[in-house]
Amino acid sequence: MSKFVGQRVKRTEDPRLIKGLGHYVDDIRLPDTLHVAFLRSMYAHARITNIDVSEAMNTPGVVAVYTGRDLGEKIGPVPCAAALPDLKVPDHRPLASDKVYFVGHPIAAVVATDRYAARDAVDLIMVDYEELAVVVDPEEAAKGGAVVHEKFGDNVAYKLTAGEGDIDAALASADKVIKQRILNQRLAPIAMEPRGVLARYLPGEEELTVWSSTQIPHLLRTQLALMIGIPENKLRVITPEVGGGFGSKLNVYGEEALLGWISMQLGKPVKWIETRRENMASTIHGRGQVGYIEVGCRNDGTITGLRYNVFADLGAYHQLLTPAIPTLTGLMLSGCYKIPAIQINVTGVFTNKMATDAYRGAGRPEATYVVERAADLVAAELGLDPVEVRRRNFPKPDEFPFKTATGLFYDSGNYEAALDKALQNADYARLREEQKRARDEGRIIGIGVSTYVEICALGPSQAMPAGGWESATVRIEPTGKVTILTGASPHGQGQETSFAQIAADELGVDIGDVTVIHGDTSIVQYGIGTFGSRATAVGGTAVYIAIERLKEKANKIAAHLLQADISKVVWDENGFNLEPEPAKVAAGAGVPEADLPAGQAPGASLPEPQIEGKKSLSLQDIALAAHLAKDLPPDMEPGLSATYFFEPKNFTFPFGTHIAIVEIDRETGEIKFQRYVAVDDCGKVINPMLVDGQVQGGIVQAIGQALYEEVVYDEQGQLVTGTLMDYAVPKAAMLPWFELDRTETPTDVNPMGVKGVGEAGTIGATPAIVNAVVDALSPYGIRHIDMPIKPENVWKIVNQQS
Amino acid sequence: MIPVQFDYVAPATLDEAARLLAEHQDEAKLLAGGHSLIPAMKLRLAQPSLLIDIGRIKDLAYITEEGDQIRIGAMTTHYQIEASERLKEICPLLPECAASIGDVQVRNKGTIGGSLAHADPAADWPAAILALDAEMIAVGAQGERTIRAQDFFVDMLTTSLEPNEILREIRVPQPQKNTAQAYMKVAQPASGFAVVGIAVNLTRGDDGRCQSANIGITGVAAKAYRASNVESALAGNALDEQTIAAAAAHAADGVDANSDLYASADYRRHLAEVYTRRAIQKAIAKL
Ligand SMILES: Cc1cc2nc3c(=O)[nH]c(=O)nc-3n(C[C@H](O)[C@H](O)[C@H](O)COP(=O)(O)OP(=O)(O)OC[C@H]3O[C@@H](n4cnc5c(N)ncnc54)[C@H](O)[C@@H]3O)c2cc1C
Repeated sequence: MSKFVGQRVKRTEDPRLIKGLGHYVDDIRLPDTLHVAFLRSMYAHARITNIDVSEAMNTPGVVAVYTGRDLGEKIGPVPCAAALPDLKVPDHRPLASDKVYFVGHPIAAVVATDRYAARDAVDLIMVDYEELAVVVDPEEAAKGGAVVHEKFGDNVAYKLTAGEGDIDAALASADKVIKQRILNQRLAPIAMEPRGVLARYLPGEEELTVWSSTQIPHLLRTQLALMIGIPENKLRVITPEVGGGFGSKLNVYGEEALLGWISMQLGKPVKWIETRRENMASTIHGRGQVGYIEVGCRNDGTITGLRYNVFADLGAYHQLLTPAIPTLTGLMLSGCYKIPAIQINVTGVFTNKMATDAYRGAGRPEATYVVERAADLVAAELGLDPVEVRRRNFPKPDEFPFKTATGLFYDSGNYEAALDKALQNADYARLREEQKRARDEGRIIGIGVSTYVEICALGPSQAMPAGGWESATVRIEPTGKVTILTGASPHGQGQETSFAQIAADELGVDIGDVTVIHGDTSIVQYGIGTFGSRATAVGGTAVYIAIERLKEKANKIAAHLLQADISKVVWDENGFNLEPEPAKVAAGAGVPEADLPAGQAPGASLPEPQIEGKKSLSLQDIALAAHLAKDLPPDMEPGLSATYFFEPKNFTFPFGTHIAIVEIDRETGEIKFQRYVAVDDCGKVINPMLVDGQVQGGIVQAIGQALYEEVVYDEQGQLVTGTLMDYAVPKAAMLPWFELDRTETPTDVNPMGVKGVGEAGTIGATPAIVNAVVDALSPYGIRHIDMPIKPENVWKIVNQQS
Repeated sequence: MIPVQFDYVAPATLDEAARLLAEHQDEAKLLAGGHSLIPAMKLRLAQPSLLIDIGRIKDLAYITEEGDQIRIGAMTTHYQIEASERLKEICPLLPECAASIGDVQVRNKGTIGGSLAHADPAADWPAAILALDAEMIAVGAQGERTIRAQDFFVDMLTTSLEPNEILREIRVPQPQKNTAQAYMKVAQPASGFAVVGIAVNLTRGDDGRCQSANIGITGVAAKAYRASNVESALAGNALDEQTIAAAAAHAADGVDANSDLYASADYRRHLAEVYTRRAIQKAIAKL
């Protein structure tokens, strides 16, 4: 019964977005709105000795100027949800008061009648700074020297050791131990739509509404209520269209609380739309790990142990999950291999930079990069084909659920099948021959393989800081239309389409009769949000089970109306049938015209459902009967809706193989893709087009990390890559064609067998690309090269040798 | 990303524009395609109090031929040049260079006059204009004057245009028979501007030797320049591989090369050499 699930259904949200008719925060215009602009620190570390706002205050149009000193503790600290033992947590308020800790640190907020006046007045605020010693490099920060937060004495925010197995013994008894320093550079998430907040306080109703471009409307509401001190049920968070997040909007920012608070002070709507420069400097960054790996192996390529000592560059403050990201790295350090002993030693350090936090993959790309580089290092050391090393260390399909030395249970997997398919699609054996021939001709070609596994469907509540379930309400309206309320508020993923596909199939209605509502805490029951590749596997499952519940009730009503025993009533896509005769109408053909109640002028009474003599009732008949409630089974609640909160019993573990083939210009070091082949397994697929889109976007961001992107601060902590003229995100013309394919290994963690795919591309592709470049340079004795791999660095390698 | 307050006028004639510019010299800026000026204003790096929009002046966007000259109006967009079938035939360097600029949106709005007047050290046009030995026609309150391309680029973001002068037209000598042209560029992955951009305009004599060679190079130094040592190493010589390679080795002679996040000075010089060789080869392959 799947007319829609599994099909390449076009995104129903696209027409409005393409036509420019969608509503992002900035498209919401309320009368009398005031506009906020921020003064942000131009120094990475300084004491504020004086702030003079008088000139700014006297500027025409300026209504108010707030500084950190004005705020004091009126707004609670920006929350950090990571609970780690002995974690040092600096007091983080929306505005700096005595000191600034990074370039972009907000110092003052100007409120004015328009954006221009607000921005102009920012330049009129006089700040006296006394510059302090700056620490930028995380390894330097860990050693001592300049200290970010004086009161902690040093820069180490926490230390953490995790993993199982006797790593010392494993490394001591290994035939070979390979060591490598590995950098996972800082990246900027760069959502197309920057952050934005509109807040409106209604003094009469005592209600505050906050429109924010966020991935987590409900969690944001709870946190803002605590920060601002307004009852949670008087605070409404609305998340309109969100133009991307990639984790950067899985957060609670000081600006969100401050805008709400200012609106309460002034009794007017206030709006702030982040500029791209602010976005580069003051929205969280991702990655930022520099680590040292030791991998032990036997001469046959069996990996026996892996240690990763890592310095995590946290930045100056903790945002929502900052210190927790490296713990995800630790969890995923087994990759898709049987490694008996694994240890991660994290040193989380403060630096005078913007906080790092979740960016597409959030700790897992770092892990996969480490493991996949390690696998290639083992292959290079032993003179084995990288594919063979991987094969040798895979758990077999019958070993699932598979327990790792990092404490996880991988639900299901068939790593070899995905690998074989990718090798076949790429024609790997022939590629290797071509590579040999090319080398003989003096060309430099590299083939990089990465076999990855990732952790998705976050997650069982036990393992999540703020609950890991997801919610759905499914309602059949009196006219038979279907309304879904999901707590998994999307930011570009397409849940309005994919959830409607699920509902249309399960309810036997047309997809056009289903509306998916999200992102309004006053309409939608509490939800967790969209991140961690969880929306379909957890949120979609909630929809699926809510529908099952709803159908159980509908079934009872049908049996009652058809005056039959419930066991005699059978569901098919046309409705509830008295006799199990398969109907001839095509599945999901939609609502038969005649069954639609006509003449619904406001106040008109609804028609009676026509039941007499029928042997079959459509869902619409039943919805109407349930709504009119004139003839329901005894003690049955009227209405036809169901709400379900789904708690997953485990994570899911999608996997796959990515193969990159690159050619290097031997004269210039420039890197060109020849081909890119990927086979991803995300369990059952609801919409192949959406899955392809997620994989493609993920690979693009991986290409960005591997070859182009890096947030660079200089020694003074100045942000060198503060605009898109300096920070290189890959453009369409810089990309290869992606040859995508899939295997499908369902999970039993949820009834639909879906796993998640939002981050797979980023996770799988980064090491494939780097492995390809390193493979290309292997004749020059190269075993590793740090990202982003710039042509100049490649040129130096080739040039020095030839 | 919010500019300071400014006034805006859109004069109907060039004279009117020249008069306004003379009147407001210090605080006014001409607005052409806006694709360099507006970003600078949004970052508050440029803070003009008056924008004189020359986009409404009739007949500033054209490509014509007069005698042995190609004449291009200053307001001609990159795209108009890129799409000109006639130019592809008679002076392919111009459309090739245009096509390498930014993306479709940029090429649809940005103008050749704006780019030249702006004189970004990594802009593409200056290389082509130098290689073509073009002339700029500037209009000021005192009338018109002609500036040779060689004399036009003074320094980073500085030209020999007076503050009250408007670039009206670019005049390009019609390439002779047996002229080989090409533009090649290494684009900076963030900005798309030239890390190096090489414009080649050379003529082969009937004897198969290089009669004259003009090589314009952008992106490498504070301003675009003519690679005169490359040119002299080619002139009068056979256009074989060795000669070209030996000539190209002089691409960055005497140049104080830029360095940035993407490319050090050494690497830039090296790229200049490699791409000079490739661009020459690409050009003569068309003959
Ligand atoms: C995203 C992006 C990518 C780009 N990529 C490239 C690239 O790859 N290569 C490249 O070369 N350029 C690139 N550019 C710049 C682009 O080509 C601009 O269009 C060009 O540099 C300026 O032309 P304009 O018509 O937009 O001039 P404007 O921005 O309007 O003006 C630029 C300056 O010139 C002055 N000016 C304009 N016209 C005249 C005139 N007739 N007389 C005297 N002064 C005048 C103005 O007062 C101003 O100071 C890019 C721009 C953007 C936004």
